[in-house]
Amino acid sequence: MSFYDIYVKYKELSSDPEIEKLSFLLSIEAESNLEEMAVKAHNLTLKHFGKTIQLYTPMYLSNYCDNQCIYCGFNIKNDVERKKLTLDEVEKEAQLISSTGLKHILILTGESRERSPVGYLKGSIRVLRKYFSSISIEVYPLTQEEYAELVSEGVDGLTIYQETYDEKAYNKMHLSGPKKDFRFRLEAPERGAKAKMRNVNIGVLLGLNDWKKEILLLGLHAKYLQDNFADVDIGVSIPRLRPQVGGFKAISEVSDKNIVQIILALRIFLPRLGISVSTRENPAFRENLLPLGVTRMSAGSSTRVGGHTIGVDEGAAQFEISDSRSVDEIKEMLNRKGYQAVLKDWMLL
Amino acid sequence: MEDILEIAGKKIKNRLFIGTGKFSSYQIMKEALMAAEAEVVTVALRRVDTGIKSENILDYIPKACTIMINTSGARNAEEAVRIARLAKAAGAGNWIKIEVIADNKYLLPDNLETLKAAEILVKEGFVVLPYMSPDLSFGRRMQEAGVAAVMPLGSPIGSNRGVKTRELVRIMVRELKVPVIVDAGIGKPSDACECMEMGCAAVLINTAVAISNNPVNIAKAFRLAVCAGRAAYLSGIPEANDFANPSSPLTGFLR
Repeated sequence: MSFYDIYVKYKELSSDPEIEKLSFLLSIEAESNLEEMAVKAHNLTLKHFGKTIQLYTPMYLSNYCDNQCIYCGFNIKNDVERKKLTLDEVEKEAQLISSTGLKHILILTGESRERSPVGYLKGSIRVLRKYFSSISIEVYPLTQEEYAELVSEGVDGLTIYQETYDEKAYNKMHLSGPKKDFRFRLEAPERGAKAKMRNVNIGVLLGLNDWKKEILLLGLHAKYLQDNFADVDIGVSIPRLRPQVGGFKAISEVSDKNIVQIILALRIFLPRLGISVSTRENPAFRENLLPLGVTRMSAGSSTRVGGHTIGVDEGAAQFEISDSRSVDEIKEMLNRKGYQAVLKDWMLL
Repeated sequence: MEDILEIAGKKIKNRLFIGTGKFSSYQIMKEALMAAEAEVVTVALRRVDTGIKSENILDYIPKACTIMINTSGARNAEEAVRIARLAKAAGAGNWIKIEVIADNKYLLPDNLETLKAAEILVKEGFVVLPYMSPDLSFGRRMQEAGVAAVMPLGSPIGSNRGVKTRELVRIMVRELKVPVIVDAGIGKPSDACECMEMGCAAVLINTAVAISNNPVNIAKAFRLAVCAGRAAYLSGIPEANDFANPSSPLTGFLR
């Protein structure tokens, strides 16, 4: 039994009270009661997370990719400069990022087992653990044994987005490559949880499909993980599609108001769910979202391989970012808004 | 005679212990600790950063306070022991609040793993205060292991639901020789007062202060409530009766 079994039964489960609850929170009726929802979501967030926001930053190790995802800048068909950091370059990036005070790092690669194999990830992790107290990965889906190997090297967090929960749409978006295996990706979060990851973060790429259907399944997936892995903190990300080199345009528009409703609905549905908002969103909007249920933010981000050391305009970006403020600027903003920026919330054991 | 709580040779006057998570800033946390006149403060090692660039939470804790590192994040005894050793190596002292939780939904502690960690850490010379589900048998075993105090929960962490476990805590207070400190769930000063009235040695409060609109003032209120409850306990609280019992009996003149 995995989440896939629940996923395929989804239509039969439509009378399930949990599904009805989340569906209602995502409905037009709920949209006209956003202020009431916001008060409730704010209080729930305060109770479970206090007045704190966890900060982290992504580090891109490699953009070699075997997939043809039509919405992504790293698409194998895109004529972009490909790069993979050497371990010396990983160390230089680590030094620069850690000098900002950040202690939580999220490492990313394109999906190429050949170019960035598990052995390469392990080597990078050994370098990074000298500088960071929490290391998360956002790489191609691994087996449970491979996740366990990385956990034993010091990784404590797994981020993996399903992109879309609509299997048919998924098939159309991912034209070729190993990512076409919908089920192997869908079950990756629970393989990570079984491998004793401390944090598992899932997500959808908003813009690929009807957002209400996507968030409903994202919420059910998060609930499944919370219910089945009580010792793992489950989080979600709700990135909206951003401009990227391939020029793919969103199929379904997701407004700021929709994002607000999504955050409120997820918070009320799952009060202890981690909710991340990345630098894909602009500064003003990120600040407005703060009291509604957000618990994690990225800061000082670059979506380029080696982007922290080579300069912001060099190399291919996975997508364009909207909030380019430094870690210090984000910390100052949070302080002004009455939030403590948490830079360290774990230690390598 | 002065009312002193002694733990591992440390003489503690203020029976209000404070936790340091969830505050909007370290500065506000510091002001709340000062308002509470806190003498014992818990800090999660996971939040301690001795790096030069980031702010260090320990710098915001008044120097007179005893710091009790908690093992937040430990999912079993082995991880709790490792965190305690890391704390000692980092110079954070040897007072350890063992917190072993493998259930993030209710944040209820795992008493068995907590006991295992307590047995190891006491032998290594730590001053051990285990956070536990209220249970007399486990309390006795913790006591036999040599813990400095036991810390049963009043209700789940952060729930602000008050002392839902009062009957079990009362039994622990009555039967154990080590101090009983209620940790978690205390939402308002009257909850803290109730714990002290029933004979608890101290209370540990975090969320109710940290997320208050005015952490400094509510810290003072908790301080007063703890003093009131302790004074009431020491004075002896008369039993409750089902019927009225006049303060000036009608036949009093016959005595």
